[in-house]
Amino acid sequence: MNENERLNSVQESVRLLAGVLWPDVCPVQPFEEHTMDFLSDLGKELRKDVRTAAYTDVAAFGFWCRKGNLKRLKEEAVCGERLGRGLVFHIAPSNVPVNFAYSYVLGLLSGNANIVRVSSKGFVQTDIICSALERLFAREEYQDIREQTSIMSYDHDKEVTDVYSSLCDARVIWGGDATIETIRESPVGSRCVEIAFADRYSIGLVRPSAVAGMDEEELRQLAVNFYNDTYLLDQNACTAPHVVIWLTDSPEEKQAALSAGKRFWEAVQKAAENYDLADIKVSDKYDRLCNFLADQRHASPEVHRYDNLLYVITVERLPEHIDELRGSFGMFFEYKADRLDELAAHITKKVQTAAVLGVDRKEVTDFIFRNHLKGIDRIAAFGQTLDMGLLWDGYDIIGTLSRVIG
Amino acid sequence: MGKDPEKGGIVLEYAKLLEYEPYSMDRIKKTRVMTERLLELTEHHRSRCEDYRRILDGLGYDASKVKDYYDIPMMPVRLFKERRMSSIPEEEVFKTMTSSGTTGQQVSKIFLDEQTASNQQLTLARIVTDFTGQSRMPMIIIDCPSVIRNRAMFSARGAGILGFSMFGSRRIYALDDGMKLNLDGIREFLEKYKGQKILLFGFTFMIWQYFYKELCKLEEPLDLSRGILIHGGGWKKLQNEAVSKAEFKQRLKDACGIEHVMDYYGMVEQTGCIYMECECGHLHASIYSDIIPRRMSDFSPCDVGEKGVLQVVSMLPESYPGHSILTEDEGVLLGEDDCPCGRLGKYFEVSGRIRNAEVRGCSDTYERK
Repeated sequence: MNENERLNSVQESVRLLAGVLWPDVCPVQPFEEHTMDFLSDLGKELRKDVRTAAYTDVAAFGFWCRKGNLKRLKEEAVCGERLGRGLVFHIAPSNVPVNFAYSYVLGLLSGNANIVRVSSKGFVQTDIICSALERLFAREEYQDIREQTSIMSYDHDKEVTDVYSSLCDARVIWGGDATIETIRESPVGSRCVEIAFADRYSIGLVRPSAVAGMDEEELRQLAVNFYNDTYLLDQNACTAPHVVIWLTDSPEEKQAALSAGKRFWEAVQKAAENYDLADIKVSDKYDRLCNFLADQRHASPEVHRYDNLLYVITVERLPEHIDELRGSFGMFFEYKADRLDELAAHITKKVQTAAVLGVDRKEVTDFIFRNHLKGIDRIAAFGQTLDMGLLWDGYDIIGTLSRVIG
Repeated sequence: MGKDPEKGGIVLEYAKLLEYEPYSMDRIKKTRVMTERLLELTEHHRSRCEDYRRILDGLGYDASKVKDYYDIPMMPVRLFKERRMSSIPEEEVFKTMTSSGTTGQQVSKIFLDEQTASNQQLTLARIVTDFTGQSRMPMIIIDCPSVIRNRAMFSARGAGILGFSMFGSRRIYALDDGMKLNLDGIREFLEKYKGQKILLFGFTFMIWQYFYKELCKLEEPLDLSRGILIHGGGWKKLQNEAVSKAEFKQRLKDACGIEHVMDYYGMVEQTGCIYMECECGHLHASIYSDIIPRRMSDFSPCDVGEKGVLQVVSMLPESYPGHSILTEDEGVLLGEDDCPCGRLGKYFEVSGRIRNAEVRGCSDTYERK
């Protein structure tokens, strides 16, 4: 097949959702004023769509795109004299509906043209965002961005992936280990950089006194935050904590721990009241619980079941790899650690986010450096684990998707 | 059994239960007998199956707190696909049964010793003869002979056929190994046993696909008006063809004159104690087993008429800890001890399987073709 035939065959396999089929490549500097105006207008367009109110994830994305936030991000992000790399090919995951939009926006903010492959599952969120994009693309002032954008979908087809991969200057792969393995069968050019978001695992790190000291309203808010971090995506997001580690590193903390756990989990149960606990989820979760219990050769862990909404398993010792403590649909582990350093041996490179409460960021970064850890790429407060940032999964995304002139 | 009391051996012998008529106990009596037997089985397996013991311990099981058999922990049915759940040493495994799964699916593995295998057969005989009225009659198996050829690994289909084969005084397979209808053989068989009751057995979808559809094409129809058809295996595939239970019966009657068609519900994890459909169209629990529809929000038992996920309990399993299982089937309890057919015990219907949820999250999500 010659080049033209290959491009034609791609054309036939692809369903275009917004932008153009073959984007122009015309790199600009990261966070150009024009790009930020475009995104700020995108946020406005999204708010105009009556459907947005029903989709908190779309609303949150629209909110993220506001000018103030982008300006703040620009301050944090850009260092050196930079320019987009050229063309970014994104493979978005199929079960976090708005993720494709964040990925696109990060490509755009880095100064690139973008080809974004979205899931063929047909989420309403995809439609809301793509139609907002199309309305903006109809405006004269955004023709340049339109011509550098291709949001599209195709069934898993290696030939199409081959073509895009060979053309792009950067490739962004979401969707975990299996997807990465599949996509990597398609080679990229020698100068191409790649960001691959592998399967990850996250933990919670809490000093019991922080919970014990909360009034009812603060506790309720904490529980809602925890719910959003976990249940909201069926505890299946890489950022969702599976284990809460109670840091009992002083007599006061040990004292507080006596009641903090119960108080916390009861609040979580309450916050999870409206969770869509489908029968199959209970079936899956109960099976997972029984399998976990059957696997315990040495200790018998204590299990608290708050109906079937919330299972909490208290372990007396951590497995060699902490990421073996994995729940789903509201099944969590808890462990009391007398010292932070005690955890070091169990933190694998799978560990992504540490959600913290009553623990300073610096304590955790010191812990990482002191113990030469391969894991923990991110420290976030509860309720913010899902917030998209420019530093994600250990990557500086803007830095990676742009080149710096030395 | 009863041979090793200090190891928590079985005191209430299953053989005694087999002396009872299968639908002869009302709720009060059945609850008493079942609670006693299932408590014993729980202890029996707890002392013999390490995985089972750990699960019971983790779930906080305390025998002294059990009011009745509703309180006995249930094992998720998937566990039998994921782990080797056995209460007997390897050398006592008499046969291993597997569920029939499509390629790539995990299948259940059920380990039987001679005692449990034999109890399964005896139980099945007790239940089925209550409906057919006699133990043996000429039998047409609506399947192909190859399905039982590999005896080392019994698939659910093979096990069902072998189990039911004991009701056949003479047997013929209706299909050849190419799934073609063996019409000449069947005509000859029917001619030979003219005037006698004929038992027909098969799996619901197979009957529909390879038997009924072929019968419809015949210019000279078969006369099966003296037939009794027992079929099982579920309606899932037929629902895709939008065939209801009533329509299934009617169309079979139209095609070959058969009047007596009975569905049954059962699973490889609890072979033997099947749930037969009575004259009123209800599935019945015998004294050997029971169903408890559960609310998935908290596993509390459903009320009569309320749909839930079925827990199945059975007094049979001694070689594997499968006496209390949470299935992934949905069903509704219709009543207890008061079915117009006269049989005591619970009667219910099965409404399908629990839906596959769209799981959210961000891993392993690339749709593969």
